[in-house]
Amino acid sequence: MKIKFVAGGVVILAALGYMIYAGVTQSAVYFVTPSELQTAPVPGKAYRLGGLVTAGSLTWEPRTLDLSFALSDGRATVPVRHKGTPPDLFGEGRGAVVEGSWAPEGYFKATLILAKHSEEYKAPHGETEAGYKELIRSLRQDVR
Amino acid sequence: MTPELGYGVLIVAFALAVYGGVASAVGARTGRTRFVLSAQHAAVAVFALVTAAFGLLVYAFLTFDFSVRYVANNTNLGTPFYYRITAVWGALEGSIVLWAWMLALFTLIVIVKTRDQARDLYPWVLTAMLAVLAFFLLVMTVAAPPFQRLSPVPPNGRGLNPLLEDTGMITHPIALYLGFTGFTVPFAFALAALITGRVGDAWITLTRRWTIVAWYFLSLGLLIGGWWSYHVLGWGGYWAWDPVENAAFMPWLTGTAFLHSVMIQERRRMLKLWNLGLVILTFSLTLFGTFLTRSGVIASVHAFTQGAIGVFFLAFLALVVLTALGLLAWRWEALGAQGELDSVVSRESAFLLNNVFFCAAAFTVFFGTVFPLLSEAARGVKVSVGAPFFNQVNVPLFLGLVFLMGVGPLIAWRRASLDNLKRNFLWPVALGIAAAAIFFVLGVRSTLAVLALALTVFVTATIALDFFRATRARLRLGEPPLRAMGGLLLRHNRRYGGFVIHLGILVITLGVTGSQAWSVQTETTLKRGDAAELAGYRIRFDGLAAREESNHFKVVGTFTVSNGRIGPTAMRPAKKFYPQEQTPIAGVDYWMGLTEDLYLVLGDFARDGTEATIKVQVNRLVSWIWIGGFVLTLGALLAILPERKKAT
Repeated sequence: MKIKFVAGGVVILAALGYMIYAGVTQSAVYFVTPSELQTAPVPGKAYRLGGLVTAGSLTWEPRTLDLSFALSDGRATVPVRHKGTPPDLFGEGRGAVVEGSWAPEGYFKATLILAKHSEEYKAPHGETEAGYKELIRSLRQDVR
Repeated sequence: MTPELGYGVLIVAFALAVYGGVASAVGARTGRTRFVLSAQHAAVAVFALVTAAFGLLVYAFLTFDFSVRYVANNTNLGTPFYYRITAVWGALEGSIVLWAWMLALFTLIVIVKTRDQARDLYPWVLTAMLAVLAFFLLVMTVAAPPFQRLSPVPPNGRGLNPLLEDTGMITHPIALYLGFTGFTVPFAFALAALITGRVGDAWITLTRRWTIVAWYFLSLGLLIGGWWSYHVLGWGGYWAWDPVENAAFMPWLTGTAFLHSVMIQERRRMLKLWNLGLVILTFSLTLFGTFLTRSGVIASVHAFTQGAIGVFFLAFLALVVLTALGLLAWRWEALGAQGELDSVVSRESAFLLNNVFFCAAAFTVFFGTVFPLLSEAARGVKVSVGAPFFNQVNVPLFLGLVFLMGVGPLIAWRRASLDNLKRNFLWPVALGIAAAAIFFVLGVRSTLAVLALALTVFVTATIALDFFRATRARLRLGEPPLRAMGGLLLRHNRRYGGFVIHLGILVITLGVTGSQAWSVQTETTLKRGDAAELAGYRIRFDGLAAREESNHFKVVGTFTVSNGRIGPTAMRPAKKFYPQEQTPIAGVDYWMGLTEDLYLVLGDFARDGTEATIKVQVNRLVSWIWIGGFVLTLGALLAILPERKKAT
């Protein structure tokens, strides 16, 4: 009798282990900075890209719901395109994290712009090396 | 003056809680009731003092005492009256006060109810309760002091986080904390059972109703949280697998497992170790959840401030886990099973499988929540797993649990014969298969949706069958129908309360399935007079207006909505601008219905009011999630009625 239960338990645990493994490999999203992304972008792979929305890069076309901007970490700048209204916590000179994938045409296709609702959100980060580092650090931490 | 008084009250309360805990333990060791009595008095005094501290904090909020940092941070002169009260527990410090107050209240109730019942367990229960209470009082005096002064005193406060200005926020934290603190009671009894070596059923019988109450409030807290998320956050969903939701969901999963596994112990004298382990795990997870969400390790709406609090919770969690493990090891020999599993096809197996699934789900949620931390610590890369991961792993487990919900209550104990299986499951299985076929013919093509609906039908049929048979048996004895049914519910209230809760879960399953499978949405920019169309609705943009409220300014869009059945009606989604916030907050407008909700969120707009971007969602069957909550409530009420003696 005991054998049956032990065997059943092993099967269940193995199935669960496999489901978790498969789930992680399929839905893992890597956090990258613009310079990390540009060194080796893998088209179609899911990324979270965090950086500063550079000044003058933001265009928003309400008719077509096309949003485009550029994210920078001070060393590299990546063009981003998104379909849909910019979220409330979004703007030039601010940090943002977008989720999506690299399009072979040479831009980052965002499916989601992650907004942080916390009241401790601090916008101003100087465009210095240290400022960018600090920004990326806080973006990494803030967004799961 | 108020802050100093409050601070003093908390310090005295802390000292008394420590004293009471020690005194009760000494009383238990030496057998001198005087010490236990003294501890009892200390516990009553702690309750009075925490109540006073709570009252003082409310007073500080009502009188806009901005010399208190916590008040200044979470309210301002424009905060409406009700929200000034709910703001008390709107952030970290106050939420700990509310928590401690409930814990003190529960300690009081334990004293009143079990003082004379379990003379050997009771003193240790008191010690455990007061120890946990002392921890929270320590947090309040050192790590997150609610009465800290602010100097210079600002003329106005910062104001409450506008997302919390909602009626859901009055009830959500209260329900959730009642659930969290409620599990402290069975936990304290489990510790007392281990310390005294009375690891039999006494502690389970005594805490049965506590467990149901705690479980119910935790469920309610989760549901209200979902409701708040749905109608305040403006993304159109009720559950996002956000770390904070997960933090409350994990103890719910293990607590639900516990609720079921105790039945095996009561009936078959098995799983003693498992049950103690589960309740300790559940309590530890409430602490872990608080650590996770309040320490800033993982950010979310609830991660109010970062500070020493994380270290406190982590240290206390370690203390709890180590103590519990030590006690379990100490009592290892007494924890062996007396019963044996007889057959794979039996009620024991079904319950065991139920526990395995619940724990697997809890582990999955845990794993997914801490995965980013793990991956960063181990490999230096930040990798996160989002909703797809949680859904992919948990949905099969949940469907399995729904299936077991139909099997468990009806299958025979020990060994189910083929006859027993046929008798109980032939019709329900046939109905479930028929339902699957019907839904398929009706055009439902999502495998998961078909499966979920078929299982729902199957489980409902098992419950109906059981109730029908039991009623028929009573009718044969000559009872009138209504009395037969009522008598059945009241006499076997625990069993039928459980069934009603199961029905509530089925109704929620229906809502979740519907909203996941059939909801549709669109986003578009409209010029004044233009209309958008979605799922038979026509939504015309009529213009924008600006309005000033007591503590914010809002832009309201007017949309005329009509469909085949409903004539033109105005809907007014808004965007709210709070001075203390950098960015606006959505003011959702929605229609709720039994089959679908229409949900409007105002996006971007042209300042002259000629144009607005609108997100339109038609969310299907979502209302059933809230209806399921009501059914759940009825079931929980029925289940906690005192069990009738089987007289006749």
